[in-house]
Order: sequence, then C-alpha cells, then structure tokens
Amino acid sequence: MINQNKIMETIKMIEKEKLDIRTITMGISLRDCCSFDGAKSRQKIYDKITRYAENLVKVGNEIEAEYGIPIINKRISVTPIALIAESCDDKDYVEFAKTLDRAASTVGVNFIGGYSALVHKGYSKGDRILISSIPEALSVTEKVCSSINIATSKNGINMDAVKEMGQIIKKTAELTKEQDGLGCAKFVVFANAVEDNPFMAGAFHGIGEAECIINVGVSGPGTVKSALETVKGENFNVVAETIKKTAFKITKMGQLVATEASRRLNVPFGIIDLSLAPTPAIGDSVAHILEEMGIESCGAHGTTAALALLNDAVKKGGVMAASQVGGLSGAFIPVSEDAGMIDAVLNGSLNLEKLEAMTCVCSVGLDMIAIPGDTSAETISAIIADEAAIGVINNKTTAIRLIPVPGKGVGEMVEFGGLLGRAPIMPVSKFSSADFVNRGGQIPAPIHSFKN
Amino acid sequence: MKSIITVIGKDKTGIIAAVSNILADANVNILDISQTILQEFFTMIMLVDLSKSSKAFNELKEILEQKGTELDLSIRIQHEDIFNSMHNI
Repeated sequence: MINQNKIMETIKMIEKEKLDIRTITMGISLRDCCSFDGAKSRQKIYDKITRYAENLVKVGNEIEAEYGIPIINKRISVTPIALIAESCDDKDYVEFAKTLDRAASTVGVNFIGGYSALVHKGYSKGDRILISSIPEALSVTEKVCSSINIATSKNGINMDAVKEMGQIIKKTAELTKEQDGLGCAKFVVFANAVEDNPFMAGAFHGIGEAECIINVGVSGPGTVKSALETVKGENFNVVAETIKKTAFKITKMGQLVATEASRRLNVPFGIIDLSLAPTPAIGDSVAHILEEMGIESCGAHGTTAALALLNDAVKKGGVMAASQVGGLSGAFIPVSEDAGMIDAVLNGSLNLEKLEAMTCVCSVGLDMIAIPGDTSAETISAIIADEAAIGVINNKTTAIRLIPVPGKGVGEMVEFGGLLGRAPIMPVSKFSSADFVNRGGQIPAPIHSFKN
Repeated sequence: MKSIITVIGKDKTGIIAAVSNILADANVNILDISQTILQEFFTMIMLVDLSKSSKAFNELKEILEQKGTELDLSIRIQHEDIFNSMHNI
C-alpha cells in the first residue's frame, strides 16, 4: 500500500491548505464558423461550442468526486472573435458576445473567454468593430470575458491601441456602474498574450492551436505557505527547494486530472498552467507566502526578490511534473482576489508602484486593481503602456486588469463578490500623461527581439 | 478500480465494523488496512478493490460520507491514483 504519511499529506493539502485544480478549460477553434451572414456564423458558433463542451462540466464533476480533489472552474476559451466575425457584414459584434454567453450557460461553464482581438501591430476591420463593442458586450453578458493583445516583444507596442484601451476601460466601467464597474473585471489588456492560457479573464484559443484541447490550471498558494512554515528561519536555498518540491506535487496532481479529463472527453491534452492563483479565501494567498519568507507585510522592501524566487521555484518544480507546460505559469498577484494583498493595501504597505515592480518578476501584471472612478482614460492608457513596456522588454506576458470604480475614490472599498473578491481603491499619479498617450503610433520592437 | 478509504476522527468502538459492513454490502474487497491513533485521533487507511462493487462510485461515496456524519468522523474515498501520482516521479 502507499505510504500512510503520504496519503495523509495529500489529504491535508486538499482539506486544510485548499489545494485545488483551479480550472479545466476547453479550448475550441471557431475557425470553421465564419460566414458572410452574421446570424449563420453565430448559429455555427453556438452549435459547435455546445457540441464540443457538452460533457465538460459532467466529466469535471466526475473526476472531482472520484479523486476527491476540488475542481473549482470548468471553462471554455475560443478563437478570438474578431477573426471569426469579420467575415460577416455586421457593424457591431455584441450579438456574438450574447451567443457565447448563451452557449456558456447551456453547457454550464462559469466563464467563456475569447471575445478578443490581437492588435499588437495594427487593426483589421474586425478588430476595430470588436473593440468598439467591448463595453456594451461586457455589460449585457454575464460569462463572456474579453482580452486584447496590444504589444509583443517581436513587434513593439501599438500605442494607438493603448490609447483606445483607456477609453474602452472607462466606458466599460461606466456601463456597469451599478455593479461598481464589474465589466472591467472581465477585460484584460495583454502584452505578449499566450495562446493556451486556461485562466480567465484572459483565456482565448490561439490561432496556432489544435481543433479542441484541454488545458488545466493548477493552484495551491496555501500548500506552498504551509510547506514554508516548516522551514522557518532556514536560508533561501532551503526555501527554494521546499517550494520546488511542493510545486512538483501540486503539478503532478494537475497532470493526473488533465490526462484523465482528456481521456474521458476524448479531447487531446494541451498544457498545464503552473500557476499559483490565489482566491479571497483565508489560507489561499500569494501575499502570505511572501510574508512567510520574512516580509512583515506584502509590499515592504524585499517583496520583489521574494516574489522572483517564488515564481522561479514554482516553475522549476512544476516543469518536471508536467508533460507540457504553457499558459501563464507562475505566481499571480491579483489584488482583489488575495486576502493578503487586500490587507497589505489597507495597511499602506502595498501601492501601485510596488505592484508594478512586482509584475517584472511574476507571471502576469497589474491585475484586479481598483482605482478611482475619476481617473482619466489617458492615465489608464499610460499605466497600460508602462506594463506593456515591462512585458515587451523582458520577453514576458504582462496583463492589465484595472477597474476605475464609478463614483468612488481612494480608500473606499469595492465588493465584486465570489472569486473576484473585494478591493480597496488605490491612488494613481495625479500628474498628467495625456500628451504622451495622445501621440499614438507604434513603439518599435526592442533591439533584442531581432534574433534571426 | 482501486481506491483509498481514509477515516479520521475521535476514536470510539465499532468504527472498523461500520465501514467494513458497508463495504461487504457493496461487495467491495478490502486489500489492505492500517490504523493508528495519534493524539486521540483515530486514523484508518484502507486500500479497496471496487472492480466487483455492486454500487456505483458516487453511491458508495455518499453512503460512506453519511456514515461518517453519523459517527462524527470524516470518511473519504478517493481513487488511489491521486496518491500515487502526487508522490512518485
């Protein structure tokens, strides 16, 4: 029989430390759903999603029951809709978002990602229409997530798109002001977006991907923190080893679930995303891991180094445990979804500037950050430009998910509920970046991108 | 399919009997069993073979969980692969 201690360790990780599979995401290509007639295209989209994902939730629940491991979300990502919808003559793609929403409800998933466009080097017709319809699409749908890629290391930063993103975020907040700008929580602006990310709101099924795949995102900040509690005071070599070993175990479980889901659904396995994704629940915080390393409160000096070590050790441990790794893979630092981050903002140790520094060494970017409702579109664009620059220069993905909460100011709290959590509104710079943002054009690709 | 049943809680008379009765009723064979008492906490681990089980996995799981609630214990049944995969290279 298997070693008793190991059995008890696994049970403790699941029960006490909130180890879970964060998401099983089915990626579905919609490339065969184009039509000159919008209604026909939408019908094809609906039929295809509901056919392919018919058993997704059922299989997820079966695996959860048999293995005794919680699988929190079952989700779908699709080909960026701008690419599919632009074959038709529609002047507005909100109906496509409604179709995705309906398909998601039919199959029972909680989010569907891919109301997206890739404009890092310029806009095509469909990109323009899709982007201008994002605010309305996010306000009339519940489960649809949207993302726009505005920069890559290979192409630089599309500053026209950056400028527009500020306006789109403002408008989305305005249209969902009854829910404190909730629409913005479903919208991500990317630099170096990945094609196989299973996590929302930024998931889409890239154009280089197969017809249909299963991607799995693991989680387990609580497990890592708890493992570090056993090595209090030890040096960083020990800390890194401990994180690696824990990440290995977490990922092995993710691989098992992914292989099993892929077999039962008869859909090829894509990747495991080795991410530490926090939730607002106590004991499920990335900030608390950093604090366990010896930082009094997340954001104090040393936080960036601690996060860099964590991010790297998670990858090293996870890579060996998974047959294919992809997605965002690393530590997430979404402020509103992490109890430790929320506390750190409230007690003044964590601010936007420190978060920006942290995004240089973690897997994503400025994520789920509430800012004052009267922040100008140009300031939001400038924040996006800064983050994009970090991604482009460092050859990493950066994502920006900001919520300018209508009618609220610094210090007030905003409650999104559920996994999206709650956030204290954080101050942004009072100085203007308008003239910078209004220049438009393209910030050229960095010299180190020319590797051919 | 082989599964691991774990029973954790305060020690009392008849825990093993209660669980093994349920398993016998469902024609589930017990392959291995071990138990320890750690600081008054009873911990039992069973390796069982479900291949001839007369009950579906979820049904058996529910019956065991119900018995757990009745006896104020936590009783879990999980596919053995989760333990195998997590701890082995």
